[in-house]
Amino acid sequence: MRRFAYVTRGVAWRSIHNTVVNPAIIVPSIIFPLFFLVAFAGGLSRISDIPRFDYKPGYTAFQFAFVFLQSAAFGGVFTGFAVARDFQSGFARRLLLSSPNRSGIIAGYVLGALMRWLIVGTIVTVAALLAGMNVEGDGIQLTGLLGLGLGMNFAAALWAIGVAMFLRTEQAGPLIQMPVFVALFLAPVYVPLSLLTGWVHAVSSVNPITAVIESGRGLLAGSPVKVLLAFLLLAGAGVVFAGFARRGLASAERAG
Amino acid sequence: MVAQTSLFEQVGAVARRSAVGAFRQRALLFFPMLFPLILFAINGSALSKVTEIPGFPTHSYRAFLLAMPFVQGAMFVSINAGTSLARDVETGFLNRLALTPLRSEAMLLGQLGGALVLGTVQAIVYLLVGIATGVTFASGVGGVLVLLLLSITISFAFATLGGLLALRLGSGEAIQGIFPLLFVTLFLSSSSLPRNLIKAEWFKEVATYNPVSYLLEGLRSLVIQGWNAQALAKGFGFSIALATICLLLARPAMKSRLVRT
Repeated sequence: MRRFAYVTRGVAWRSIHNTVVNPAIIVPSIIFPLFFLVAFAGGLSRISDIPRFDYKPGYTAFQFAFVFLQSAAFGGVFTGFAVARDFQSGFARRLLLSSPNRSGIIAGYVLGALMRWLIVGTIVTVAALLAGMNVEGDGIQLTGLLGLGLGMNFAAALWAIGVAMFLRTEQAGPLIQMPVFVALFLAPVYVPLSLLTGWVHAVSSVNPITAVIESGRGLLAGSPVKVLLAFLLLAGAGVVFAGFARRGLASAERAG
Repeated sequence: MVAQTSLFEQVGAVARRSAVGAFRQRALLFFPMLFPLILFAINGSALSKVTEIPGFPTHSYRAFLLAMPFVQGAMFVSINAGTSLARDVETGFLNRLALTPLRSEAMLLGQLGGALVLGTVQAIVYLLVGIATGVTFASGVGGVLVLLLLSITISFAFATLGGLLALRLGSGEAIQGIFPLLFVTLFLSSSSLPRNLIKAEWFKEVATYNPVSYLLEGLRSLVIQGWNAQALAKGFGFSIALATICLLLARPAMKSRLVRT
């Protein structure tokens, strides 16, 4: 256990250090969610005038919940890029050789993803508040929203680390990113689920991320919905992707 | 031998190399072409309720949105063109060319010729996808041809921007890093809503000063309005202006790249 903690701490520290000191890594992580917040909450705010759009806190809060959870998912995705880069540069192989407990490598990267997202999530939240976002949820409900973000970040990081460890090349980038991007955008991003029509409504209705986003919006509005379902789905995804990441690590170990 | 060939032939030779190089790297072609289509498919359906906003100019959001993949695809073309030229700088290919009598204009225009081919293929694909998803063109068959022409002009304009950046920065990684900025200009425009329906005043202001809005509106006018001379003039005007400015700036940049060898 001590060895696990030792490796986890070392990998997490390196991950955070690289993120903070390298603008090329941290800036896109911050710019992208801010940009989505500005583009969606600013450019599409007229959507709140659509008949039957009834989200009480307003369109900025409606979009903030999505962007907040999206930034959590992309915090995980960007960590996958870092893992792929570490394999491509040969650093990850040296890490595998020197680690007394290799599961700690995964845990370290996951912890690094979490810390990275806490920075980004804080900046996005401050930006939304400065933009006049209404928050109607109480402290406990907002803690629930933060918990959803942590769960999203955890699951996405494990997915991204798994893919990066299986492929061990920076060219894995689109494969890490695309499924997360598409899954997020196949949820009710711009309007509530009830206002979606056609194939997007059908897909959104069965997309697990829909429950997470609806739950996040409910918590922000002070009217919680599907909270238990959202946490169960994130926990399930975490378990599945943890197994996937562990198999990715085993694949990297076999490759030497 | 090269000295005896005309500028046109030199451009053709470099363009052929550029186009073949682009088409050999299928992964580089596939994702840039697919990404705008994914956004078109998702947003075209997810935002369909937007047509219920009073004053929205059409009943089909897909028809409204169709301009977006054309411009987004053109932005990807700029990155491809820039990365390809930057690779030639990085690998020393440009240095070796400097030892030949090939004219610098031919080198630059030839590289952009490859991007032009790519832009044309993309435009045809987006057009066919639009037609397949039920979009009709208010300007008729003639309008479709003008739409293709405007789309290719826009692709060429963005390719010149990519070329200029490649010559100035000389690094493929730096060109890739510029892409998010281009993406921002697309989203801070009238890509999702007409300017007169944007509620946030500051956003409306930004979209009005953002030339990308006029590229989109030129293309869009042919789909949902018919023949709108003003929108077309602005669309062609801004894209030609971008191409002209970038070419004028790229010419000395290319010369200095070659002199350094």
